[in-house]
Amino acid sequence: MYSLLRELADSWFMLMMFAFFIGTIIFAFRPGTKESYDRLRNLPLQDDDILIEDESGEK
Amino acid sequence: MQHMIKAILLGIVVLAAAFATNFARDLAFQVSAIIVILWAGFFFIREIGKIGNKPEPAPTGYMDDVVRAGVIATVFWGITGFTVGVWIAFELAFPALNLSEWTAPYMNFGRLRPLHTSAVIFAFGGNALLATSFYVVQRTSATRLFGGSLAWFVFWGYQLFIVLAAVGYLLGATQSREYAEPEWYTDIWLTIVWVAYLVVFAGTIYKRKEPHIYVANWFYLAFILTIAMLHIVNNLAIPVSIFGAKSVSLFSGVQDAMTQWWYGHNAVGFFLTAGFLGMMYYFVPKQANRPVFSYKLSIVHFWALIFLYIWAGPHHLHYTALPDWAQTLGMVMSVILWMPSWGGMINGLMTLSGAWDKLRTDPVLRIMVISVAFYGMSTFEGPMMAIKAVNSLSHYTDWTIGHVHSGALGWNGMITFGALYFLTPRLWGREALYSTRLVNYHFWLATIGIVLYASSMWVSGIMEGLMWREVDAQGFLVNSFADTVVAKFALLVTRGTGGLFYLTGALIMAYNLRMTVIGAGNATPKHAATTVPAE
Repeated sequence: MYSLLRELADSWFMLMMFAFFIGTIIFAFRPGTKESYDRLRNLPLQDDDILIEDESGEK
Repeated sequence: MQHMIKAILLGIVVLAAAFATNFARDLAFQVSAIIVILWAGFFFIREIGKIGNKPEPAPTGYMDDVVRAGVIATVFWGITGFTVGVWIAFELAFPALNLSEWTAPYMNFGRLRPLHTSAVIFAFGGNALLATSFYVVQRTSATRLFGGSLAWFVFWGYQLFIVLAAVGYLLGATQSREYAEPEWYTDIWLTIVWVAYLVVFAGTIYKRKEPHIYVANWFYLAFILTIAMLHIVNNLAIPVSIFGAKSVSLFSGVQDAMTQWWYGHNAVGFFLTAGFLGMMYYFVPKQANRPVFSYKLSIVHFWALIFLYIWAGPHHLHYTALPDWAQTLGMVMSVILWMPSWGGMINGLMTLSGAWDKLRTDPVLRIMVISVAFYGMSTFEGPMMAIKAVNSLSHYTDWTIGHVHSGALGWNGMITFGALYFLTPRLWGREALYSTRLVNYHFWLATIGIVLYASSMWVSGIMEGLMWREVDAQGFLVNSFADTVVAKFALLVTRGTGGLFYLTGALIMAYNLRMTVIGAGNATPKHAATTVPAE
């Protein structure tokens, strides 16, 4: 177990995790996202009861 | 047919537990088996009664009955856990509270302390996470919970886990692993319940109508997945007997200690932080009626927290047999962790930008904001205490206890109270809470309680740390351990009083929520036909 983890920590695997992490940040700050983020920010503020009506006409 | 299968399965559980009761090798295991008989027997009889019923039409709309049950359980376990906490706080000041020779083996600090920590973290916090995650994932996914009555299995299965754990502690069944005290059979049961929880939650996300997964659900999902991993690895153990409570850990020595604190610190990171951040990202915007400050920041907050928290555990093992590099790694990662934590705090607080005036009139929002403020304070204090030089003074002292409680009472407790005040009128169809004034009383009692608690523990902890390391001119230690206990007396009483304030606030909340459910005061029933948006 220890040698496996050590192997991961000393190799490309750590670089890969680091690159993924940096990638998520770059992805979050990519240009041209203002509109979609504005929609997402407001997601929970939509009226709760309206949302469920979408479900195949049930209510 | 479905009821028949369930009844047969439950019947088998009852029989197996009866068998285990008969062959039990210790009292804790025997009592646990009897509790399982009662639990499974109750549901067995209920399922038997349903056999042959016409199948009911598939329910529609949000599945809120299980959320309501979760709200009630959260309040119940909260009061229980706080009461035990106040009791043991005063036990430290007044040992007479062990009561008699007869009760002392069960009611001493050593047995009641895990009962308190598990009751507040896993019973109070866990039920709050269950209830809010089920509520939030349905709203933000615009769909009903996945899995039908599986959510009820999660709820009742989790309550059984809590009772088994609690009874085990009182009767002396413990793995002696902090925040993972329950013995092997309770651990296996929790694993089953947790997998069902993951299925319900992930299944709901999978069938969502809203294309995007809102950030609160990311935090909830990270909490569920990581706790599953931590729980399974940390509890790897071999039972001494299949009919006994005792088990032996698979790890030994410093590996065992490191596994435990890898678990322990990430239980803080993913149970008490990620899960409750899920609450913050939903309930603070809802209560303030403002969108979250920055969605970009919430994404960065999420990934930074996920990537960094997992490394911080070794700071619990400074100056032990743990290799020095691992201690340093834990220290450095803990300090780095300060950044995403404060990023999250800023995101939560700045959600109020443009709505700060609401703090004056809305005590529920005030409770949520002070909770985020305490999140910021304790995530600053934590990294500082993880620095080796500071830790050499603070470790093993009351300072640690104070730090944990400013996080737990301040952040976890307050955000849960805020969520409960938000949820109760909505879940029971009431216009408003019974009394806003009582919310205000709760706010002040809880805040003053935390201040009393944290400040007395700072003074006590630093004094204790300095007394332990004080040496005279010849290099001999000046103080015995008992000297520090005597010196702490007034501070221990102050701490207990702070806890009493906090408990009183929670009792007022329970009364307020009860009256809201009944429909007294301002909590008039809401009529669907006349529903209009609040603004």
